[in-house]
Amino acid sequence: MDLDDTPQQAAHRAQVRSWLEEHASEAPVLNGPDALQDEQEIIAARRAWQGKLAEGGLAGVTWPKEFGGQGQGPIEQVICSQEIARAKVPGILDAIGVGMLGPTIIAHGTDEQKSRYLGPMLHGDEVWCQLFSEPAAGSDLAAVQSRARRADDGSWRLNGQKVWTTNAQFASYGLLLARTDPDVPKHKGLTMFIVPMDAPGVTVRGLRQISGEAEFNEVFFDDVALDADAVVGGEGNGWATALTTLMFERVTIGLGSEGLGYNSNRFAHAIATNEDARRDPEVRHVLGEIASELLAVRFTGYRTLTALQKGQVPGPEAGLAKITIVNGAIRAGELIADVQGPDALGKDSEWAYMISFLPGLKSAGGTEEILRNTIGERVLGLPPAPRLDKGIPFSELRSKEAAAA
Amino acid sequence: MNLALSDEQVLLREAARGALSRFKTLEAAREALDGHEDALPDLWPMAREAGWPGLLIDEEHGGAGLDAFDAMLVLGECGRVLASIKLLGHLAATAILNEAPAGASLLADLASGEQRAAYLPVKPPDDLAQEWTVDARVGSKREPAPSGGRGAPGEQVRVSGELAFVPDAPGADVLVGVAMLDTPQGTGGEPTGVAIETSADGVEVEPIMRYDATRSLAHVSLKEAPATVLDAPQSSLAAAWHLAQALLAAESVGSVETALDVSLGYAKERHTFGRPIGSYQAIKHSLTEVLRQLDNGRSLLYYAGWSRRGGPDEFALAASAARSVAGRALDQAARTMISVHGGIGATWEHDAPLYFRRAQLTRRLLGGTHGATDRVAGELMTAATAA
Ligand SMILES: Cc1cc2nc3c(=O)[nH]c(=O)nc-3n(C[C@H](O)[C@H](O)[C@H](O)COP(=O)(O)OP(=O)(O)OC[C@H]3O[C@@H](n4cnc5c(N)ncnc54)[C@H](O)[C@@H]3O)c2cc1C
Repeated sequence: MDLDDTPQQAAHRAQVRSWLEEHASEAPVLNGPDALQDEQEIIAARRAWQGKLAEGGLAGVTWPKEFGGQGQGPIEQVICSQEIARAKVPGILDAIGVGMLGPTIIAHGTDEQKSRYLGPMLHGDEVWCQLFSEPAAGSDLAAVQSRARRADDGSWRLNGQKVWTTNAQFASYGLLLARTDPDVPKHKGLTMFIVPMDAPGVTVRGLRQISGEAEFNEVFFDDVALDADAVVGGEGNGWATALTTLMFERVTIGLGSEGLGYNSNRFAHAIATNEDARRDPEVRHVLGEIASELLAVRFTGYRTLTALQKGQVPGPEAGLAKITIVNGAIRAGELIADVQGPDALGKDSEWAYMISFLPGLKSAGGTEEILRNTIGERVLGLPPAPRLDKGIPFSELRSKEAAAA
Repeated sequence: MNLALSDEQVLLREAARGALSRFKTLEAAREALDGHEDALPDLWPMAREAGWPGLLIDEEHGGAGLDAFDAMLVLGECGRVLASIKLLGHLAATAILNEAPAGASLLADLASGEQRAAYLPVKPPDDLAQEWTVDARVGSKREPAPSGGRGAPGEQVRVSGELAFVPDAPGADVLVGVAMLDTPQGTGGEPTGVAIETSADGVEVEPIMRYDATRSLAHVSLKEAPATVLDAPQSSLAAAWHLAQALLAAESVGSVETALDVSLGYAKERHTFGRPIGSYQAIKHSLTEVLRQLDNGRSLLYYAGWSRRGGPDEFALAASAARSVAGRALDQAARTMISVHGGIGATWEHDAPLYFRRAQLTRRLLGGTHGATDRVAGELMTAATAA
């Protein structure tokens, strides 16, 4: 058992560190008095920075070389993330694309799709979004109703709506799950598509969140024409393709958690600067409990890495780390606001933003209840709850639900 | 980076599980609670055969020369079956002696298990308190550490003090811990390692049973007791406290594993309203909560096990965090075990009450889970403001 870098890893770390030392001054400034203010400017600067990171070999570390990646392992990926955090510069803008959607295309896409889309995605030239959730299909993702119909010439027409789509406001492409056959059970009639966000008939409307900012969107599709080669992973295979994305989502969340900044040192610092709070046994107790669990998650990450190195695929238990992090950060926000008082909720307070962001994060990427269901069934082997939707064609299912309501 | 167990560690764990399975530890735990203390099997001969007494003693002194994580693997197995085995005190005591040339003559017999040691738990200072302190017999106010006269390493001094709820002290041959010894500058100044033979005059070991008969405890009273001065570095005296925290954490995590397994078995088998109870979300989610806390506990065992040698500056933090999470996990697991089992979970004949008793007492020993949690906060805030 050891936590040290192997000589190879140490060499990689040194290389990454010296690259960052050389280029850190080119990174966009997002915090502090000199921070960029204009939304468009921030996005442009972060895209350019992602391009530089990719050129330096600090993005797409685990992507195969033929697609512009480094062809390295998850450890090297984590080393990069650690060094980026250490250098106090922003990471890549399109974590959803590079972390989840790109790997899905690598796994299921055609050669043409790979050579057309992966390079610009990695370099931030084209940002991507995940067009999965709909008003009536979030946890129950296989209930999507966005409908793609094939025309005689093999092209597709898409109609429907997606919602809570992060980054859609500046994305060039989206990976979209649509229903192509409503007359078979719901997991069967699905197909995955690549959708250009500037195609005629696509409308993106910002949705504001608790913080007041609009980081996600609703997206409407009105007779959007898609070429035959927009299909990823084959017609009717949308569910299997979506599961690949969700698997990479778990890896991204599991290993990227520290990147969210919800770590014990940061919270401890916020309390320690208040001399009364620092000595208050109750405050210390709550901080100690939160911090212990967040420290545990760091080592759970190392355990995951060990498993990945041995070629094992992280299972649904990675969701436990998400539950711990989100709930730990929620408690930390509570504690810090109790200690700092209303000031913690000031307009420019980092804590106000965190406190506002967390209730939504509890749902994003799988709600706590859904994660607990999945882990209970797939990890602990507990029996599933009886389902009322198995084996029934999707079209009948909807009319049943309507009749019951 | 590699957190996998080595082949030797897997073997050590399997061997421990096999050896312990030869005893009816749970039945014995219940009988002992009924007053039949002789029902508890003597596990020391088995421990000796397996080489556990010498786990943390260097090979040149007859030990196995292994590290904290290996000892934690063994304690985890003991925790799984609530084994009443006097290893915790012995291991922490030998960790101090192993760093003290002046105590080297004791090591051979302790490594073989011919003699048994117990650790006198003295809590090192933290970010708020500068004193070394001990648990009180009553209440949670901390008491001063034992104190004694001046002496060079290897010499004998007289030590006096009271230590409450000392694990594994009953029947131990030698007590190893910390006393505040006089220095040329004044009295009671310097935390120093000491070894005290229990047969000596002025040493009183009063066995105590509280709530969980498998936990061997005693109040130790030292009145001018002859003590050998040890030259163990101060860092090793603090580390012994943290090691004891880590060992308790490992033992608790082991108990959580069994509590969860048993609860899962029942949740899959017991039906109400035509369905297995494990298909109800209230049951499923409470069991995933136990898994979540168990998994966090496991991860911190790696942290603690690694840091004793790999990152000594973090050992206090890592061991305290492990103890904090594992203690809460054990309470959660035991309570969930009872509630998942419904009425029989609250019945004497069931094993759930034994895990519950283990949880309640263990969380209050050695400064308590509470104290460990507080140290996590202290360690982190110190680091945060230093940086
Ligand atoms: C900040 C944020 C960013 C997001 N970004 C994206 C994105 O980029 N792309 C995208 O596609 N989606 C995105 N989402 C959507 C997210 O994936 C969904 O919100 C999530 O899957 C939950 O679905 P829902 O909102 O439909 O809630 P519902 O599924 O309707 O759930 C409502 C409540 O019912 C509970 N519930 C539902 N089913 C069960 C069950 N079987 N057992 C117990 N409880 C149940 C849920 O836990 C929840 O509490 C984002 C969401 C947020 C908040």
